[in-house]
Amino acid sequence: MTDRSIFDEMNGSDGQCRDAYQVLQEWLKSAPPQLLEHRREEAELLFRKVGITFAVYGNAEAEERLIPFDIIPRILAGHEWARLTRGLEQRVKALNLFLQDIYGPGEILRAGIIPPELVFQNPYYRPQMNGLALRGGIYVQVAGIDVVRVDGDDFYVLEDNLRTPSGVSYMLENREVMLRLFPDLMAMQRIRPIENYVDELLGTLKSVAPATSSAQPTVVLLTPGSLNSAYYEHSFLADRMGVELVEGRDLFVRDEVVFMRTTEGPKRVDVIYSRIDDDFLDPLVFRPDSALGVPGLIAAYRAGNVAIANAPGTGVADDKAMYSYVPDIVRFYMGEEPILKNVPTWRCREKEALSYVADNLHELVVKEVNGSGGYGMLVGPHATQEAREHFRRLVLASPDNYIAQPTLALSTSPVFTESGLAPRHVDLRPFVLTGRDGVRIVPGGLTRVALKPGSLVVNSSQGGGTKDTWVLSE
Amino acid sequence: MLSRDADSLYWLSRYVERAENTARILDVAYRMASMPISYHGVNSNEWESALVTAGSMDQFLEAYGDVEITPERVIEFLAFSETNPSSIQCCFDTARHNARSVRGALTSEMWEAINSAWLDLRRFKAKRIRVEDLPRFLNLVKETSLRYDGSALRTMLRNDAYWFSRLGVYIERADNTARVLDVKYHVLLPQDAEVGGGIDYYQWAAILRSVSALVSYQWVYHQNLRPWLVADLLILREEMPRSLAACYAALSRHLDDIAHRYGTTGNAQRQARASHARLTNRTINDIFQHGLHEFLQDFIHENNRLGHTITNQYLC
Repeated sequence: MTDRSIFDEMNGSDGQCRDAYQVLQEWLKSAPPQLLEHRREEAELLFRKVGITFAVYGNAEAEERLIPFDIIPRILAGHEWARLTRGLEQRVKALNLFLQDIYGPGEILRAGIIPPELVFQNPYYRPQMNGLALRGGIYVQVAGIDVVRVDGDDFYVLEDNLRTPSGVSYMLENREVMLRLFPDLMAMQRIRPIENYVDELLGTLKSVAPATSSAQPTVVLLTPGSLNSAYYEHSFLADRMGVELVEGRDLFVRDEVVFMRTTEGPKRVDVIYSRIDDDFLDPLVFRPDSALGVPGLIAAYRAGNVAIANAPGTGVADDKAMYSYVPDIVRFYMGEEPILKNVPTWRCREKEALSYVADNLHELVVKEVNGSGGYGMLVGPHATQEAREHFRRLVLASPDNYIAQPTLALSTSPVFTESGLAPRHVDLRPFVLTGRDGVRIVPGGLTRVALKPGSLVVNSSQGGGTKDTWVLSE
Repeated sequence: MLSRDADSLYWLSRYVERAENTARILDVAYRMASMPISYHGVNSNEWESALVTAGSMDQFLEAYGDVEITPERVIEFLAFSETNPSSIQCCFDTARHNARSVRGALTSEMWEAINSAWLDLRRFKAKRIRVEDLPRFLNLVKETSLRYDGSALRTMLRNDAYWFSRLGVYIERADNTARVLDVKYHVLLPQDAEVGGGIDYYQWAAILRSVSALVSYQWVYHQNLRPWLVADLLILREEMPRSLAACYAALSRHLDDIAHRYGTTGNAQRQARASHARLTNRTINDIFQHGLHEFLQDFIHENNRLGHTITNQYLC
């Protein structure tokens, strides 16, 4: 079954079961044949019952869908996780310093490391953020960094998600379901808990409350509403944190202070965990047609009367064109070599790169600079001739809009299928929290898996699934 | 709590209650209509009065025009129609939409009650239902309401979220009981009473059955059905859980709970107390003397007004 040229999380490159998976392998060998199928059905029932669904844009019929869940866990050894954590912390610290710098003194631009137009002409650049001193200098309180690997040694960062990264509710629910379905298997090894994520998130959010707020700052989670594809997650997190899940219309601003409408009258809000795109936050400042936002919010924010996490304008650091500069950003601010690798990237805005990309589409992945969710992307080797031609024209017409990367031989992990276990490509999205009291990363993350054989696209909107992710104690 | 969340909870409970009430109305129509004609009278059209009781006659005429009121049309309109916002199907759509938006304020038991019913009911719509299948469908609706209500009673914290959801239940329930009575008020008038049987007997029994009170009646009065006692039970008896008096005892109590917690009282509390007093300080004879129909019409109006007052005071 296994393609020997591709690194498998369980069986390595040589078909030898790796250490972290020994217990799982033994257990699988001794499990009765029907057991896995039964557990899979049970898992589906559990997910359906609690209503963990996501909405697919532009698909009215399947308005709500279950994200497919695979019951075979993805396992990381303690030492692998330790190294990954160091890399994530280094990267997110550097990105926060970068944002502080470009919305402040702009040293990295003066040093000639980043072309200024990449910042100032970036659609996510927010001039309103200029000269604002954010508490603790933190712009990105919650980051979801997508990593992959091609062998047992290195992790590559695929994407930095610094705006409103989602998926953490699946990480938590997947674990709850696994604990219910496989208590025996999980008791056989020391899996590090992740359930404290919600406490850590709340602690992080409270730590950035305005200096003027009370000792018990009021935190709210701002959602675009129940039609949003990540609404389930919004309500899940608000519920677990014990904070109000608000929509724009629940908030109003008076004298540069934000209040929410409650059954007991207006109540002051200190910290907004925003799951709305910047564009929609405040119709007075950004999109005037936004009905999701709160008029006057940015004025209150600039007056220092409310904190917004993540800060508006963080998107300038996570778009795919900026991505290729992140190693330089890490070196510049941290004075260290990056621990996590970047995937080599051709910036189509550069002439030589463009002609290389145009000639080699068949072996490249081409991505729109500002796309997300697996939309606006071409996987060259798997695309038809017509699709490649179509993309070639798109890229040549607006080269600034695209980057290209080699197709990585992403690692695989076994999934449970009708015909037994089979390898499928996976990535991993750990969540990095940054508060005034430091960086916190719970040991785990969301493992996404491409369920079609050979497919490299793991996005849930494109038919990807998820797995529980176990980090073993050292 | 957020006003919008309180509003969603309040309406969530109202819609679940409304779905149950509509199911009861259809259930009674179905039973009455399947009896021999000598039992329910030649001129009665049970399906027509089902529409009137549900307060949906006008919308029905609007949707179908001037057609014969057949069982199939009434079932379709009250149970499944997408143009009738109070159809059982629409009630559950709205209830689930609200439940999704206040997921955090619901216990998982309440959410599961709504969500699984919503999924099950969608299957019914998919294959068009036959009249014989109706009881099965109606049972599912009633069981869902019981499950939702039971979950709320057994699992919710006793705080403002709970109280607002109960207010929705009792406003809706009071409205329904008053309508059930009002549609049949003519058979409740004493001069029409033929003691010991006759056509009206089945009408009174139907009224009681539609609020699950046929057996309770026997326990309370220990005698044959008398129209004024049927009215007494459903209007003034606080021990009868769907009576107007019981609904207002609960509304007053929960509004006081809220006032106590928030440390401030308002119009809603005063209005509920006044309405409750009107139901405790009188006899059924008084009511008949002043006119049962007028009394019920006034009540429905006042009950609506209390709903608006609650909205203005807390929910917007």
